[in-house]
Parts: sequence; C-alpha cells; structure tokens
Amino acid sequence: MSSRFRPAVRALLGLVAAAALVGACDRELRDFGSSAPEAGPTIQTTSLTPGPGGQVPPDPRGEIYEKSAAHVSEGGRLFRWYNCNGCHSNGGGGMGPALIDDEWRYGSSIEQIYGTIAEGRPNGMPSFRGKATDEQIWELAAYVRSLGGFTPQASSSRNDEIRSTPPRNQVTPPKPSAEGGASVQGTAP
Amino acid sequence: MRRPASAAAALLLCGCTGVQTPLDPAGEQAASIHTIWTLMLWVCGFFYVLVIAGLVWAIWRNRRVAGGAPQASTHDPGMERGLAIWSAMIFVGLTVLATWSFFVDRSLASTHEQNALHLRVTGYQWWWKVEYQEGPHPWWFETANEIHLPVGKTARIELESGDVIHSFWVPNLSGKMDLIPGRHNVLDVTPTRVGVYRGQCAEFCGFQHAHMALTVIVEPQARFDAWRLHQLQPASTPATPDAQFGQQVFQSRACGMCHTIAGTDAGGRMAPNLTHIASRPTIAAGTMPMSKGALAGWISDPQGIKPGSKMPDVPLTTTESSAVVAYLSSLQ
Repeated sequence: MSSRFRPAVRALLGLVAAAALVGACDRELRDFGSSAPEAGPTIQTTSLTPGPGGQVPPDPRGEIYEKSAAHVSEGGRLFRWYNCNGCHSNGGGGMGPALIDDEWRYGSSIEQIYGTIAEGRPNGMPSFRGKATDEQIWELAAYVRSLGGFTPQASSSRNDEIRSTPPRNQVTPPKPSAEGGASVQGTAP
Repeated sequence: MRRPASAAAALLLCGCTGVQTPLDPAGEQAASIHTIWTLMLWVCGFFYVLVIAGLVWAIWRNRRVAGGAPQASTHDPGMERGLAIWSAMIFVGLTVLATWSFFVDRSLASTHEQNALHLRVTGYQWWWKVEYQEGPHPWWFETANEIHLPVGKTARIELESGDVIHSFWVPNLSGKMDLIPGRHNVLDVTPTRVGVYRGQCAEFCGFQHAHMALTVIVEPQARFDAWRLHQLQPASTPATPDAQFGQQVFQSRACGMCHTIAGTDAGGRMAPNLTHIASRPTIAAGTMPMSKGALAGWISDPQGIKPGSKMPDVPLTTTESSAVVAYLSSLQ
C-alpha cells in the first residue's frame, strides 16, 4: 500500500522543498519617505571636543537604517550629492579624516555618526541639521558605517564608480581592540 | 473616396492624432519613419489579404471535390507557376521593405546640418535636464523637463545620462534614442509644425520610469527668441512678504542643497533648475500640471505622489510650506 504512494509522497516533498527554496528569495521591503520610522528618542550627541564623554543611548532607527541595503545605497548617493567626498574623498580622507580606517574621534556607532553629521564637529565638519532631512542623515550615517565595513550584509558588492578600495561588503571590519575608543562611547583614542 | 478601404483606414487612423503619437508626425525625422510605417502596413496588409484569400479558396475547393477521390499528381503546371509567382512576390516585397528601411535609417543617422540649434539633454532618475548650449558661454542656460524648439530649424540634441540608461522619445518629432552612461549620443530633430508635444522615457529606468515625461513646445522663431531671452534672466525678486519668506526658507532649508535658482544663494546642482519653474507647463517631470495646488502637494508629500523619487519629504510647517509655494509660483 505504502509503496504505491511513495512516488506521490516523494513528489510532494520535492514540491515543498522547492516552495521553501523560493520562499528564501524574499527581498527586503523598501519604505519611502514618510513611511520610514519617524520619531525616536532625541539623539544626545557626543561632546564637541574629543575626549571622555557621556554614553550615547542606542536608537532603534539606527539598526533599521544600517541593515537596509536601500537606505545604505541612498546614503551613498547623498554622500556624493552633498559633496562629502569633497573632504572625505570616498572614505579615504583628504581635507577631512578617513572613514575607512579604524580611528573614530567622535565614536563609530551609528548614533554617534548621526550626531557628527547633524551637529558638525570643530575644525571643518559642517552641521547638516535642517539642511538635510533626518532620514537623509540616517542614510548617510548608515553609508559611512558601511564604508568602514561594519555592515557587510547590507552593503553592495559593487562600487558605483572606480575606486582603489575593495567592495564595501569585503572590507575587514575594525578589530575590537581598535574599536576600543568607540566602545567607551564618546571617547577618542 | 474612390478607394473605400483606404478611406476606412484613414478614418481609423484619425483616432491616432495627439500630443504623443508616431502616426501624426510633426517633424522631418518622424515623417520619414511614418512613411516606412505606412509602407510596411500596405505591403504586409497586401500579403495578409492574399494568404487569407488563398486559405478561403483552399477550403472552398476541398469541399467542392469532397465527393471524388483525392487526385495525387506529381506534375501540376498550374501549381508550379503559382508557387513561382508567389516566391517572386515575397522576394520583391522583402526587398522593397529592406531597401526603404535602409535608406530611411541612413537619412536619420546622417547629421549633415551645419547651423543646428545645439542643446544637451541629460536623463536622471526621474527627470530631464535640458541645457541650451548655443553661442558664447554667457548665453547658455539650463531648464528642466521642457524643450522649446523653433519651427523649421534642426536641433542637434546631445543625449547623456547621469545615472542609468534612459531613452529619449518624442514620437511626434523623431524616433527614440538611448541615453547611456558614459556615452554621448546625438539626435537631430527638425520640427515642421507648431504645437505642443509630449516625450517620455522609453527605457525602464526604475520606480518612477512612468513619471519621466517632458514637454516639447515647437513655436515660431520670434517666440522662441523671446522665451530664450527670458530664460537667460535670473529669477525675479519676490515682491510679496509671503514670497520673500518663502525665498528665505528655500535657501536656509534642504531645498537649496539640490536645486538652483539663478540669482539667489540656492545653487545645488543635483535636481531640476527652478529659476523659471512657474513658466513650465508641468512639475515633477510631467507628473502633474503646473498649479499652486500641485506645487503645495508636491512640496509637502513628494514620496506620496511619486514614491521613490529623489525629492525627500522635507519637514516644513504649514506657514513655511505655503510661503515656498508662493515664492516658487512667482518665478515666472
């Protein structure tokens, strides 16, 4: 009896396996503008000068933005549109500090990078609060994180233009010891 | 009226006139494409009728001889002659189509006009940047999503892309041509009839591909010159207090990061130039007709109107938003 049904069962199992396989092809959903997460806790920025500072509380929006490939790539577009590479030169640094090394004067968490972009920093970094929308600043921060190799799963395997650096999903993230400065949040090496 | 079939066909094609159709050519290039379209219609129509007639005849003939046994014959002079004529007709038909198509293609590809109006169109997601590059540098100017052309004069349009592949297609004036990143394509357009035509991106380019249109206004030379002189002027100074506040908001908030308004501090190079936005027929690349209401809607909720568009939802208060609308709609 069972041998008569065996081929049917096998076919059914195959079908279920195929369905599971197709189910894995899920793509991330994109949220546009107002549907993106809006209000969160107010970002406490790290102190204006490098050195020991207070803790920056984690923001739920940070994780949403840095895990979304769409937001990270929009951040890359804004990085060029707002001429961030004029000083940071595609992350390699020039007039401004490099963003692909493991040295972060004002911290490397996405909340701290958000604060740096929104408030500006002494000696050249302008404040983008009001000039860029909140969503755009989060996207920029997420992109800057991806430059440092912190979020390989959301980064593109291909750069938009010719660069000497490896693709962002192959950048080696900074070593924990080197990140020490940032883990004591707000302090600089 | 002598040929009822052609009269009926002409009547049918009357439904195809409009601002965006290749069947109502208003340019030399579109007209020559239209001739080949018509020729193909007649040649293919002729053969279609012939094949259907042959089929009907075969069915009818089979029924007539149904009573007798089928006659298998290896030698049928009538059939042989018929097949020879049929092959010759196919050969002639294909040759006529191929030759005509070759010459039309050559004539479209040759850019022999020497004193053409020179402009550059750059495609972005999802709008068109239009730069008139005629004469010395101070005479150059930039607009967006609208092209004005003098009637009867050839315009040489350089096509470039700022991001992905787009395709420039104004069916009433010419065939389509792709805008390819890193390449420099050239399209000659010679409008022959005054009118307003609509062009559209003809290569899928992302979320808002369908909302990437442009308006082409073909006008007499004198009106074109007047328009051009006006475009060379910087933006008008806002007169009302509302509009003045709007200008301040525009310059101090996110607007000026991407948009340029000539004569003001707003100098972003990434989004459409808004110096004379109120004189344009549409906003957001043909998404909505130009009006204060549409401007207000667009400024307060661009992602609701055109999801995925590069214009962000800028948080403005109602006062700020209506002031910006007052300012922009004063930019004639």
